[in-house]
Amino acid sequence: MAAKTAVDVPFMEVNGELCKGCQLCVGVCPKTVIAVSEKLNSASYHPAYYTGADCTGCGLCFYACPEPAAIRVVKP
Amino acid sequence: MKVFEKSPSFYEVFERKSGPAKEATHYCPGCGHGNIHKMIAEAMDDLEITERSVFVSPVGCSVFGYYYFDCGNFQAAHGRAPAVATAVKRSNPDAIVISYQGDGDLAAIGTAETIHAANRGENITVFFVNNAIYGMTGGQMAPTTMIGQRSTTTPLGRAEQIHGNPIRMAEMLATLPAPTYIERVAVGTSKQIMKTRKAIRKALKIQKEGKGYSFVEIVSTCPTGWKMDPVAARDWLVDDMLKVFPLGVFKDESDNVDEGTWDRSFEGFVPDKVNTYLDRMKSPFDVTEELDLVKDLNCKFAGFGGQGILTLGLFLSQIGMRAGHQVSWFPAYGPEMRGGTANCSVNISRDRIGSPLVDRPNMLVVMNQPSLDAFEKDVVDGGTIIVDSTIVEGKADAKRLNVVALPASDMADEVGTTKVANVVILGAVVAATDAYEPEFVESTLRAVIKKQSLIDMNMEAFRKGYDFVKNGN
Repeated sequence: MAAKTAVDVPFMEVNGELCKGCQLCVGVCPKTVIAVSEKLNSASYHPAYYTGADCTGCGLCFYACPEPAAIRVVKP
Repeated sequence: MKVFEKSPSFYEVFERKSGPAKEATHYCPGCGHGNIHKMIAEAMDDLEITERSVFVSPVGCSVFGYYYFDCGNFQAAHGRAPAVATAVKRSNPDAIVISYQGDGDLAAIGTAETIHAANRGENITVFFVNNAIYGMTGGQMAPTTMIGQRSTTTPLGRAEQIHGNPIRMAEMLATLPAPTYIERVAVGTSKQIMKTRKAIRKALKIQKEGKGYSFVEIVSTCPTGWKMDPVAARDWLVDDMLKVFPLGVFKDESDNVDEGTWDRSFEGFVPDKVNTYLDRMKSPFDVTEELDLVKDLNCKFAGFGGQGILTLGLFLSQIGMRAGHQVSWFPAYGPEMRGGTANCSVNISRDRIGSPLVDRPNMLVVMNQPSLDAFEKDVVDGGTIIVDSTIVEGKADAKRLNVVALPASDMADEVGTTKVANVVILGAVVAATDAYEPEFVESTLRAVIKKQSLIDMNMEAFRKGYDFVKNGN
């Protein structure tokens, strides 16, 4: 998970515990920088995660995600 | 810097939600409700209306709207959200009222409320989440279910010949003159989602500006009910559903309506006003003291409609009420205004009354033959039966019952009109039961008879009936 403090590059982050593994964010990402973990979270879903580079901060994954708090996107 | 994150219009922690995951919604993975909730919450933030928003949750999966939105919340009966929203808006015009409904709620159970709220042009916003199925109840066919779509109640697929066609609510409502803004959007592709976001904001802005009724139909998904994975469900939405539910603006008068046009506010709950109103509604007489009641009265009054049977019951209950007794009056009559049969049950009691029905009367009044035939057997042993002998030819069982036969209709004619026969009977009832003093009854009648010119005639009729029983003339 990326740092939440001052940044100069855009990033997205997934709260792996709140993610329900629907994968809608994966499909909408123009840069395909979101992937699905092989690990299960405590609710037994495979959560999405940011692969770590090239996020443009467009926010499409945020709106595609049905969970209020699972995805956070920062665009400096 | 732009940050996309959880809206402050959501509760930080969903305390009302049961179970351990207090920061996640109760929705299934990939459910469109979550997307739509997020966009509504964001619009509330940006329009700065959260504090005065009232979210009306329907019945359906979104029944738990109040888990999530940190604003005023109502949970309405199934389909009734637009009616509840109307009441909230009119009594609290500052509120931004959101009626959030699914297709089963809005297009089936609440069709009437939906259409009429739109037709009145209520200044509310309706978000109609159309996912073509009853999700919460287990995937039954909804009004918007697609032709051929399988559901638990259409296992072979919806068939036009059997189930009709999916209903297009946006198009239907757009035929009405009153609505200001009607659009159909979807949460399929990102582009569609961003259009939905725009439509939600526009609808709420229209309400905020007092421009009238706004309706946004949002074509959404139910991966669980459709038995698809979330990604496949979004694809099906885009590829199949939108053929039947085309996206677009069906009505937009927002530029032609002045701000504040739809102000239908009225003063809501103002305690002083309510009290003034209640004072006016007080009975026309004061209950000054509680009179003795020797015996509870369980009365049945029966006859033809138009004889004043129901009014007779009302008079007796009003007398009882004024005496401080518990009363009930329960009418039963056919659809005819005149000539059908009518009866009413009246209880007068020292204790609280459990049921207003009287199955076993201790006082029966019959003003026609069929009533005597029907109800005589129900009277308890030793009970009183009063018969209008002008009309009823049959005789009641005088061995078992205390029978009073008086020619009430003839006596009423002598007073001036047959119409007061019921008051003659009232005199007989009061005399036969000794429940109340005649002077007390007369003063009550003076208060409850609306037409002052008829009071004297009624007084005379009452006395005639009373004296007939007391003195036999």
